[in-house]
Amino acid sequence: MKSFHYLFWAYTLIWIVLAGYLLSLSLRLKAISSQLRRLKSRLPPDGEP
Amino acid sequence: MERALRFADTVLFPLVTVLMVASLYFVFRVAPNEVTMGAVQRIFYFHVPSAWVAFLAFFLVFLASVLHLATRRMIWDTLAHAAAELGVLFCGIVLMTGPIWARPAWGTWWTWEARLTTTLVLELVFVAYLLLRSQAESPAQGARLAAVVGIAGFLDVPLIYFSVKIWRGHHPIVFKTGGGEGLEPVMLQAFALCMVTFTLFFILLLALRFRLGLLQEDLAELREAARSGRTT
Repeated sequence: MKSFHYLFWAYTLIWIVLAGYLLSLSLRLKAISSQLRRLKSRLPPDGEP
Repeated sequence: MERALRFADTVLFPLVTVLMVASLYFVFRVAPNEVTMGAVQRIFYFHVPSAWVAFLAFFLVFLASVLHLATRRMIWDTLAHAAAELGVLFCGIVLMTGPIWARPAWGTWWTWEARLTTTLVLELVFVAYLLLRSQAESPAQGARLAAVVGIAGFLDVPLIYFSVKIWRGHHPIVFKTGGGEGLEPVMLQAFALCMVTFTLFFILLLALRFRLGLLQEDLAELREAARSGRTT
């Protein structure tokens, strides 16, 4: 059991890395979706000059 | 395409969540302690599946890069870019959890052993792949150069796999209890569950990251259209 803290830190690190990546992915998706919405609302409809 | 991405949201996300909880239960409550390494061996239930999905990701980079160079279609480059990012993520997990295991087992955090060194080289090649893309003058140029690096970088994967045999490295065969060889049935179940979970988790992340890439392309097209004063 003396090596238990290595096990603890390994799994903690894995979850920090995965949670960090998921957070960054969701923030990037949210940011790009809102940029797309803003840009689409500024453009004239298809076919208009 | 949109249907496949929606499938990832509606089916894969809850499925992966349930499987991840089940995997943790099996790793910490069901699987027994390995006879020589003790509790720290449980690191390998996530370490090995991370390595597997990293290799899978780099294989996808290789495949998509070949298809991009053959067809010049940007969708393959978008897929390769998404897979490369995930490959770097999971290979990073492998490189972090390996030394945490090695410290109590070998008495050192790192050794320049063949499998460790070739894995580090793989990670660095694909970090360079991601940096190269961000420095390119145009998306087309970035995609072309990245495809070449992606194909060349993947050649390190078989080298990692066979490195233990070629250079007689001491990277361990970790799953062994009692006097017999190989996995105990309960350990095998836990390991198989983790492999399935990580594979599905990878597919889910790939679908999300691929969607981000497609949205980035849409945004670039819309910006171009806005600049030229008309929609495409």
